[in-house]
Amino acid sequence: MNTSSSLDASPRDRVTGTQFTRGLGILVLAGMVLLIVLGLFVSPADVNQGESVRIMYAHVPGAWLAYLAFIVTAISSAAYLWNRTRSLTWDRIAGASAEVGVLFMGISLITGSLWGRITWGTYWTWDARLTTTAFLFVTYIGYLAVRGLGGTHQQRARRSAVLALLAVLEIPLVHFSVELWNTLHQEASVAGRGTDVEMDGLMLFTLFLGVVVFTLMYAWLVLHRQRSLALDDMLDDSGLDTALTARRAEAEGMSR
Amino acid sequence: MDNAGFIIASYIITFGAVGAYAIGVIRRSRKSSRDVPRDQRPWS
Repeated sequence: MNTSSSLDASPRDRVTGTQFTRGLGILVLAGMVLLIVLGLFVSPADVNQGESVRIMYAHVPGAWLAYLAFIVTAISSAAYLWNRTRSLTWDRIAGASAEVGVLFMGISLITGSLWGRITWGTYWTWDARLTTTAFLFVTYIGYLAVRGLGGTHQQRARRSAVLALLAVLEIPLVHFSVELWNTLHQEASVAGRGTDVEMDGLMLFTLFLGVVVFTLMYAWLVLHRQRSLALDDMLDDSGLDTALTARRAEAEGMSR
Repeated sequence: MDNAGFIIASYIITFGAVGAYAIGVIRRSRKSSRDVPRDQRPWS
């Protein structure tokens, strides 16, 4: 029964939030506004790509954050599987990070498709980078589906951790696909091997700001989502306890 | 601005999707938290 005040979830109750996440959220919102202003209105158009380069400030950070999210999923899964740290918190961080990674990967695919329509004249082509990225996206949707299968929390954590450690091996394939095969997709403009960056200072700053804002956004989302998953697990446990108590009472009643 | 439709759509999709996901997470948490006492939430 929800009569205790400790169970109330009033609109002002920060259910999965803390003072830290609230501050982080405000920082993210301010960063988002600055990124939109710089990306859409202030940064210059590109010499070759014209105004369409503005999509880069959403597309590139989205892709990088998806990589980061999937790597965090793998690290958290390894931490769970390591005997000394077999805590479900690691499993929940892995699950939350994968979910947010799928979100960012989806954003990157859609914005990339819009950018492709302008520069290549098509929304989609079975190019190496696009195909491997789509494959990575589908793999992590599969990972989330596996997390949703039945069983105990420990069973869920174990099987999804193994899958996460296999799925992360696709990331180098996606990243280096532009070097391994002839593709329409350009190679890395920044932080690539032998890259000679000739990007305007303000463009580079806006791109860097995009990566920072998306990283903070990722941290905020994962913190909240993993706490939300913890609440779901607590509810599952309490439901199981209630069912066991009822079953024991029923069995005792029958034996009398 | 050339191709303004595509550019603005990419920003709306990006921030709209993140916003919708964030609202979904908060709503789901609020629903689940009704049956979990506050003292059982390690972060609060």
